[in-house]
Amino acid sequence: MRRAEVELIMKKRSKFEKAITSITFWRGVVALVGFVVVWEFCSKYVPMWTGVELLWIGKVPPPSEVLDAWKEVFFLPGYWESWYLSTGRVFAGFIAAQILGIPFGLALAVNRYFRDIFFPPFEILRPIPPLAWVPASIIFWPTTEMSIAFVTFLGAFFTIVINVLGGARTIDVRYLRAAQSMGASQWNLFSRIILPGTLPSIFTGAAVGMGITWEVVLAGEMISGGGGQQASGGLGFFIWSSYMGGTVATVIVGMISIGIAGYLSSSLIRFIGDRSMPWRRLF
Amino acid sequence: MHWKEDKLVDKIGKKGAISIRNVTKIYDPEGVNVMAVDDCSLEIAGGEVCMIVGPSGCGKTTLLNAIAGFHSITTGEIYLDGELLCGPSKPIAEQGADRIVVFQHGALFPWKTLIENVAYGPIVQRNLTKSEALDKAGQMLSEAGISDTIHKYPGEVSSGVARRAEIVRALINDPKVLLLDEPYRAMDALTKSIMHESLLEVYDKTRVTIFFITHDLEEAIFLGDRVVVMTTRPAKTKVILDVKIPRPRDYQVLSSEQFRLLVTEVKGAVHEEAIKAFEAGERELA
Repeated sequence: MRRAEVELIMKKRSKFEKAITSITFWRGVVALVGFVVVWEFCSKYVPMWTGVELLWIGKVPPPSEVLDAWKEVFFLPGYWESWYLSTGRVFAGFIAAQILGIPFGLALAVNRYFRDIFFPPFEILRPIPPLAWVPASIIFWPTTEMSIAFVTFLGAFFTIVINVLGGARTIDVRYLRAAQSMGASQWNLFSRIILPGTLPSIFTGAAVGMGITWEVVLAGEMISGGGGQQASGGLGFFIWSSYMGGTVATVIVGMISIGIAGYLSSSLIRFIGDRSMPWRRLF
Repeated sequence: MHWKEDKLVDKIGKKGAISIRNVTKIYDPEGVNVMAVDDCSLEIAGGEVCMIVGPSGCGKTTLLNAIAGFHSITTGEIYLDGELLCGPSKPIAEQGADRIVVFQHGALFPWKTLIENVAYGPIVQRNLTKSEALDKAGQMLSEAGISDTIHKYPGEVSSGVARRAEIVRALINDPKVLLLDEPYRAMDALTKSIMHESLLEVYDKTRVTIFFITHDLEEAIFLGDRVVVMTTRPAKTKVILDVKIPRPRDYQVLSSEQFRLLVTEVKGAVHEEAIKAFEAGERELA
């Protein structure tokens, strides 16, 4: 036990130190700072000093202005409500897609009859972009909220199923044979061999699916108008209404917010993945 | 310790006799019949170390798969201790813990630690409770010289330790037969020699029947009681050599005259088949 604790502490410290001292970390910092400086310079100081508006970046408000806009909305409940609504929709759709997608994918992988019956319709539905479902979804579901959630769900579902199916089908046959010859029951084979063997693909699917849900939820909110009320329709609606209101800086605030939200979501998935697959954390 | 003693008392030369009688296997990929094994017969006594050598893709693994129950046979019969494993009425043998395979590149479950891997068999067969199985696994691993790394994942340990752990994982099930499919392929010579010593040690303790496929002729003679040279595809037995080097064996044996003569003899037989296989120029078939 003591040894394990010591190792843990050593690992923690070295991880933190690694992050702070690594050249990769500082390159990242310099790149971000450099990006903001160049943006500020091109969008604000070039026109100020020379009177020439640069082609594309001249239309974009400089970071200082975006920051001001951010400060303004930061204390408005509507902004945070947008975060809350979008995140809620993303996770609702995402979790529903996991709950249905993982068993569905596994069933496709392990049962031939199931695959023969359900794979063809699945493959026909899969190429339909989630956004093409929006009108149909609005007709199908009684509330706007449900139709957005449904479209979000679809975005993640197909990716998850395909990854689970691929992962479960490519498990090394030697693991299955070894387990079977040691007397594993069918259930054991499934829960102790196929499931852990598929976990890496499940998390790959989750990471990709999470990205897609953010894309889809935003588009869904823009099209449907979210909940209908001003500034409470999610981040997609936040951007759309800012655009309608002509405040470009606020549009950019919305865009950056989505970037941050997406980053946090995928970090969460990576974290859970690391936790549930300790054997992959070797280096 | 009791597991060792049981075996010494009642297992030596008794259990695990394999009888392969007139076995033929025809693969039928895309309608082109390929005969992998042709009318092959081989008697392996209980507690024998039987080494199978032959050109690549000659059908050695086909035979192993038939014994293990991974593949069917087309004609012939295979018996284990007088009981039919597979034959005309039952083309594919049932898989069972009495015959355990150690695979070519190792097949420890990457998501289980070494000790969990070893404990897997007794747990799924419900022979032992989980904690009993883990205790026994730890004990057997430490007898095999693995103690510091038992809580590590297979990806974290050297291939030598992993392969030894895999043999322990097989032995904990108290199998009648160990089926080894080139387990030490692609290991460096030093690691290989350590592996050989530890396998011989295990064998001297358990006297389990070993069916061992290899390309390495020196390995075959050093480990085996008999070396069976197979012909190029379709496989049948070409020459069977008795290796009358007394056990326990150690590395001194490798420099003895007797050993060298045997190597020369086997080399001659294998070389002939290797040339035939090469000239046939066919793609390898597992």
